Amino acid sequence: MKVIESGIDELFQSPDMNAFREWNRKHKSKALLDKLMTEHEAISRFVCNGAYIGMELYGTVRAPMSLLRELIRQGHTDLGVVGPGVLNWDFLLTAGQVRTMDITYNGLEVYGTSQVLRREIEAGRVKTMEWSNGAFSWRLKATAMGVPFIPVRAMLGTDTFKHSTAKVVKCPFTEQKIALLPALILDIGLIHVHRADRYGNAQVDGISGFAAELARASKRLIISAEEIVPSEEIRRHPDRTIIPYYLVDAVVHAPFGSHPGEMVYYYERDEGRIKEWVEASKTEVGAQAYLDKYVYSIKNHEEYLALHDKARLDALVAQAKVFR
Amino acid sequence: MSEQAYNPTELMICIAARLMEDGMTAFVGTGIPMLASSLAQKMHAPNLVPIFEFGGTGALMDHLPLAVGGRRTFHRAVAATGICDIMETAARGFVEYGFLGGAQIDPYGNLNSTVIGDYWSPQARLPGSGGANDVGSLCWRTIAIMRHEKRRFVEKVDFVTTPGYLTGPGAREEAGLPPSTGPYRVVTNLALLGFDDETKRMVLLATNPGVEVEQVVENTGFDLIVPDDMGQNVPPSAKELRILREEVDRERLYI
Repeated sequence: MKVIESGIDELFQSPDMNAFREWNRKHKSKALLDKLMTEHEAISRFVCNGAYIGMELYGTVRAPMSLLRELIRQGHTDLGVVGPGVLNWDFLLTAGQVRTMDITYNGLEVYGTSQVLRREIEAGRVKTMEWSNGAFSWRLKATAMGVPFIPVRAMLGTDTFKHSTAKVVKCPFTEQKIALLPALILDIGLIHVHRADRYGNAQVDGISGFAAELARASKRLIISAEEIVPSEEIRRHPDRTIIPYYLVDAVVHAPFGSHPGEMVYYYERDEGRIKEWVEASKTEVGAQAYLDKYVYSIKNHEEYLALHDKARLDALVAQAKVFR
Repeated sequence: MSEQAYNPTELMICIAARLMEDGMTAFVGTGIPMLASSLAQKMHAPNLVPIFEFGGTGALMDHLPLAVGGRRTFHRAVAATGICDIMETAARGFVEYGFLGGAQIDPYGNLNSTVIGDYWSPQARLPGSGGANDVGSLCWRTIAIMRHEKRRFVEKVDFVTTPGYLTGPGAREEAGLPPSTGPYRVVTNLALLGFDDETKRMVLLATNPGVEVEQVVENTGFDLIVPDDMGQNVPPSAKELRILREEVDRERLYI
């Protein structure tokens, strides 16, 4: 296959599937091990400076925000991040921990553009590459398939393609042009789920976003779960398990782990707290003050929850129940 | 029916809603497309199937979503899947309409939502593609919703985030994008626009109530095709406004 066009960027990670297979064989135990641990232990054991990180879904929707806050407290530097960001990458950028971004979307959805992203990129502090949400998810899917690239019909003809590491080739079967996306292997995947057992078997309710793909594309996978359930509960509904235990390195119990984001069927998003970030993030000082209050000044997720009235959290649960 | 006051956002929502046919699929993103698809379901298109990028398929749009992955995107839906399934559904030709927005649009309907100015030293960094590039690549007909300003309607966008007709006739196919796809309509606070079959450049189809053709031309930063027979958009009806205000956006988040 002749390469007709190439994106101008260089890959942050090699899509070497032989190395990935070896990694999985060596580091992913198939034994049923108790992986339940604190967020502090999970992040400190598996994250290192320079790690390439993805999280799922995104900051306001079923997101591992308690794990993210712990990552910020531990202060690992020179991180690479990938995938959609609403609040989540804003927090990490504000903390100054990000060196490279495979950007798909980073903004505030209904509340507009991210002022944090603007400050960081306009000041030239972060190196970026562009992908669509579909392209990014398909890159994870390629890794999940164990292949080094995946042919797709998006990205073609655009500057989004130009500022990526995708390539265009002529399809050997149809003679038509097609985009090839390099598989994306993550050092660390962080996923928040509704329930998991101590071994890491994990179930998600509602839409599954890109959880299945990200779980299979991560060399180390940390799961946070609203509920830790007996394995018997998992085995009663095995069709709901989208992440089997052998993909998982750590399981962290995190009720309200997606706060201030929502957790479908469990609790509604905390609009007041989300707006607090929208306002605070308009200035660098405001953004830092927010992190001081909700991340640095507390030790763990229990202390984070203690910053919020019980009535406030109960109300979010009550609102969600209406839709059960 | 008496004349009612309405704001430009309400008008754009109504015009976008009227474009959607019953029994069709529409890829919906944050903002006006959510309101338009909800209004369409409650007016003329009860079987409109809203498709949301992170997996929501066929939701009943009784409650306005605040996030494209939020629970309201699959409220009483027919399916809740994931992003690969949704984008692959579009890639197989199942999604008729795709809604898009952006900071800039050019005469060929190419959209920029990535950066204003130079990529490496930007005047303003914007959120990026999100699902927009996929929508613009894979849906049959895309509808852009934009504020009509000279700085937004430009001859050349600073960054082609999402493909329109690229450089003109045949360019999408030449790039490898699926044939017979591309920009269909542009809904603005001043007018409804389409694309010329021959040149693939933007053409004025109808002006909004109280808007003169000159006003549209003045607020467009490129040569707009202005045909002799010009349409006029119908103002929102009392029923449209009632449903919009009392059912679609009860909390007045957008209107």
